[in-house]
Amino acid sequence: MIPTSFEYKNAGSVADAIGMLGDDGQILGGGQSLIPALKLRLNSPGVLVDISKVDAIKGISDNEKSITVGGGATHASIASNADLDSAAPMLVQAAREIGDIQVRNRGTIGGSIAHADPAADWPAVLLASDANVMIQNKDGKRTVDIDQFFKGFYETALEEGEVITGISIPKSGFNKNSAYAKFKQPASRFAIVGCAAAVDIDGGVVKEARVAMTGVSECAYRVTAVEKALVGKALTAENIEAAVGDVTEGRDVMSDHYASEKYRTHLASVYAKRALKKLL
Amino acid sequence: MTKYIGKSIKRVEDKRFITGQGSYTDDIKIPNMTHAYILRSPYAHANINSIDTTAAAEADGVVAIFTGSDIPEAIAGVPCGWQVDFKNGDTMKEPPHPLLCRTKVRHVGDGIAIVIANTKTQAKDASELIEVDYDILDAVTCPKKAAEEGAPLVHNDVPNNMAFDWELGNPKEEVSAAMATASHVTELDFINQRMVPNAMEPRSAIGLYDTAYDKYTLYTSTQNPHLIRLLMCAFVLGIPEHKVRVVGPDVGGGFGSKIFHYVEEALVIWASKEIGRPIKWTSDRSEAFLTDAHGRDHITNAKMGFDADGKIVALQAYTYANMGGYLSTFAPAVPTYLHGTLLQGLYTTPKINVDVKAMFTHTNAVDAYRGAGRPEATYLLERLLDLAALEMNTDPAELRMKNFIPAFDGVEQEGYVTQVALQYDSGNYEPVLKRALEMVGYEAFREEQAAQSNGKLLGIGFSTYIEACGIAPSAVVGALGARAGLFESAQVRVQPTGKVSVYTGSHSHGQGHETTFAQVVADRMGIPLEDVDIIHGDSDSVAFGMGTYGSRSLAVGGSAIVKSVDKVLEKGAKIAAHLLEASADDLEYAEGKWTVKGTDKSVGFGDVSLTAYVPHNYPEGLEPGLDMNAFYDPANFTYPFGAHIAIVEIDKETGHVKLKRFIAVDDVGNVINPMIVDGQIHGGLAQGIGQAMLEGAQYDDTGQLINGSYMDYCMPRADDFPSFEIDRTVTPCPHNPLGVKGAGEAGAIGSTPAVVNAVVDALWKGGFKVKDVPMPMTPERVWNAMQS
Amino acid sequence: MANKISVTVNGTTHTGEVEGRVLLVDYLREHLSLTGTHIGCDTSSCGACTVHVDGKAIKSCTMLAAQADGASVTTVEGLSSNGELHPIQEGFKEEHGLQCGFCTPGMMMTATDLLKNNADPSEQEIREALEGNFCRCTGYHNIVKSIQYAAKKMATTA
Repeated sequence: MIPTSFEYKNAGSVADAIGMLGDDGQILGGGQSLIPALKLRLNSPGVLVDISKVDAIKGISDNEKSITVGGGATHASIASNADLDSAAPMLVQAAREIGDIQVRNRGTIGGSIAHADPAADWPAVLLASDANVMIQNKDGKRTVDIDQFFKGFYETALEEGEVITGISIPKSGFNKNSAYAKFKQPASRFAIVGCAAAVDIDGGVVKEARVAMTGVSECAYRVTAVEKALVGKALTAENIEAAVGDVTEGRDVMSDHYASEKYRTHLASVYAKRALKKLL
Repeated sequence: MTKYIGKSIKRVEDKRFITGQGSYTDDIKIPNMTHAYILRSPYAHANINSIDTTAAAEADGVVAIFTGSDIPEAIAGVPCGWQVDFKNGDTMKEPPHPLLCRTKVRHVGDGIAIVIANTKTQAKDASELIEVDYDILDAVTCPKKAAEEGAPLVHNDVPNNMAFDWELGNPKEEVSAAMATASHVTELDFINQRMVPNAMEPRSAIGLYDTAYDKYTLYTSTQNPHLIRLLMCAFVLGIPEHKVRVVGPDVGGGFGSKIFHYVEEALVIWASKEIGRPIKWTSDRSEAFLTDAHGRDHITNAKMGFDADGKIVALQAYTYANMGGYLSTFAPAVPTYLHGTLLQGLYTTPKINVDVKAMFTHTNAVDAYRGAGRPEATYLLERLLDLAALEMNTDPAELRMKNFIPAFDGVEQEGYVTQVALQYDSGNYEPVLKRALEMVGYEAFREEQAAQSNGKLLGIGFSTYIEACGIAPSAVVGALGARAGLFESAQVRVQPTGKVSVYTGSHSHGQGHETTFAQVVADRMGIPLEDVDIIHGDSDSVAFGMGTYGSRSLAVGGSAIVKSVDKVLEKGAKIAAHLLEASADDLEYAEGKWTVKGTDKSVGFGDVSLTAYVPHNYPEGLEPGLDMNAFYDPANFTYPFGAHIAIVEIDKETGHVKLKRFIAVDDVGNVINPMIVDGQIHGGLAQGIGQAMLEGAQYDDTGQLINGSYMDYCMPRADDFPSFEIDRTVTPCPHNPLGVKGAGEAGAIGSTPAVVNAVVDALWKGGFKVKDVPMPMTPERVWNAMQS
Repeated sequence: MANKISVTVNGTTHTGEVEGRVLLVDYLREHLSLTGTHIGCDTSSCGACTVHVDGKAIKSCTMLAAQADGASVTTVEGLSSNGELHPIQEGFKEEHGLQCGFCTPGMMMTATDLLKNNADPSEQEIREALEGNFCRCTGYHNIVKSIQYAAKKMATTA
């Protein structure tokens, strides 16, 4: 398996990378989604701009009110990050379930959400975490609320010529009490369904909840009905059972050779409950 | 006298593999070598209107492009090596399997053109410039549908897509009469799904033509280099066999899929002469999914009748076997002589009939895959038994004990003659099941199962299997349609210094022959293991060989080695007798020396070998030298057996099955290297369990393989299994000198039904009385079983 | 469109030119003739191509050679030093962790990465760490034991 011919450019900085892109360029991050697609010739860019050596976007930094995860941070670095484990454990849990050791050592969070595979883990987790996506383009920088980021099947708010430099995770009550649960497709180990749940509990009752699903539909989404149903109640197994109904309502549920629409719909509810119950 | 036999000697071949110095075909580089890429059909069934290679031929680095029409008409294609004729005596339908398609494609992946360039990148790039105009036709992928009136024909001259039909055992009327007397009949319709072998090394072949010597060399990832040479020379290319060298270097697993003679092997040899340069072709994994011969793929209806005491009174089986688009090398033997003949199992069933229809479909060829036919037979029997136990509310272990053939050693007691054309060599079946029950803690498990109440369902499944391996007497297989003999050859060359090189026709691709065979030779000759070297896989050094498959290497290949060693010792004794001035009859050989019985007069093996090559003081009339070769043609198949038990836990909410424990007690006869035998069992178990739980090729109605990559076809991983709990009993094979039966396939043959039975047991215990969960038992399928 | 690269492989620095699309695994196998690193699939699944880049296990079929410019790469050929087997190599031999040997280099490279981060892994941790490495021969049973052997050996010699 050999990609079609392209020009490889190594960027020293994000600004450099944006400048190198041209009309026919694509950004290469960790390459764990892009390179397989290139090898299968499903994707054939003229220019590949490598940002995997841009150290400035690889770090994970704690800034009082939030934690900034660099767009170039690898899944492995997230999986072993103590600050995140304390501030938003679902990120660490999800990172540990992505691909395998080798993929986690190269694959990046920015690359993953830019690719926006409908069965990837990060979209659900970031939706639940109320993250902000930090983006750079030739004109400067912008920030996109995660709720506005995932637009559809492999489709995001990221525009041509833009690079994800970081993801900002609020150090909120709900992120501190968060969990990710995933039912894996046994071959690819992507999510058949994955649910990220983040619940802030104050005075014994749910003050705020964010629950998001991946793998179910064309892109990850929040289940606001469940979030609303939980607020004001104690987080108990009974209340979770009552709050989680059909978490796929209004969504086109995917169907494939491994999981039919009916089964996936069922699993989505099961995993919404399981993610929430991890918080009990 | 057994310093090595029976001991877990660490493998001598390991060093090169753990240091990255293994030499697999794709690792080999030859000066001036070109690289080939094969353009393949994206359609399952289509007429080829035209192929335009003009642009591709002008692409960078392209040396040559050949299509079907460039290949001489005389080269019709690769042959089938086994003929099974129709019940009515009509000859098996055997349409040609061309090296490249000329006018029609018959499965996705059928070859269209070979593009040869200076680099593999150039070959691949150029292949994209070839324009093929197809007329797409309807396809049929299911063997049962293929038999229906009006189904699309795979070959126009094969009516109803039937390659042959076949029947074995007692007449159907006798079986139905016996079935009519049954107090309970268990009937099951099931699919033994299509498996993709997935040896981790993708197939690879290098063709080289040497003009100076007018000689060809083929390096190929094969389990049997000599067989490839014979088939390719005599039946495909019509080139003289003595002018062809075939090398199977280090081979990264085979599991059956590298037995067969593939079109690419003949293509690179033919084309290497055309272009005057060596050509390497290496399969991508995606190509491997489409073109490595698949396994299994049976659709079966089976009925087993029991009398009031639970004794089996009759078995009737009907199977549609999918052959794919062409008949692969051994394909016709798999659903017939390797499947129907095993339906006696371990049981005294008095009436058995099996009826098989072998069908062409628009899919990749199906042939032997680890176990080949025997897993299908075991699956059929063992599913029926556990299901019958559930239906009759009796214990599945007791039901088996009740039906086991009584013990026989094949020496004092005759071998057991089955209703389906075999005579078992030796067997003692109760102990394996008893030992497995003991290991599992059966009574305690049943209590735990009854008490289970945590949203999980626990289940236990059994499988007590027999297989036929060490394949087999040439005369017998010849009578059954094999177009080859199934003996093995060996040569023992003793060097003047007493070091020993052993040339075997068996081929090791993971089995550890370099160690096991050396243990046999070193012990038999009484010399250090380090003094023995095992050489295999090269037709220029090994005189002849039938290769490795059907768990035959030690039973057949090892026996040939023993015969050669004995000939060496026999000749050595004559030399020793001369040196000791005694009669050869008065000598005994032990620990590497000949001693005159009752004296301390002796001569060592080294002195004898030196004398053989420096024959100054030498027996009159005896030839110098100490090289001996032998051919061994076994007297019978060997019949390993065993008992496998699976314990599973089902998550009721999701249908996810967790394999909690797997117990295997196998009897493979005598064991030379326990460590290696255990390793063979482990690997077989993983493949068998993989079939039950994870794997299975899926073609859609248009003939596309919809899970043709590791992203979709689920290869078993480390975290899919618990540690296996294994043990063995030993019932020696009475008819070969080592008493060995073969261990390569046992794990894959026994394990699959145990796992499915365990899931069905769990479901019944949970109140879901389903007969079957189709394999692979994906969570959705198990969940569906709980929705009814 | 060649890219000039300089890569240190098993301690030796190699400087050369590669096309952008050349994968690291092909660079190792074809350009440097280090054929111990294998190719078993085309979907970044099987792990036969696993090597270490700057000390971390990665799939060399899913990295461009150009991306390895300036990096330090260790392949199976660089595991042993001064003619002495690495404990993981010894473990695979002692515990019969290999049969055909094709997956073995990748397995060992992943295992060494695991043991670097977790010196005393449980059986389950070992099984999970091998998620990205396929073996068709061993059923993984003895691979797990091989890694346990290496962990023990490394603990006593550390």
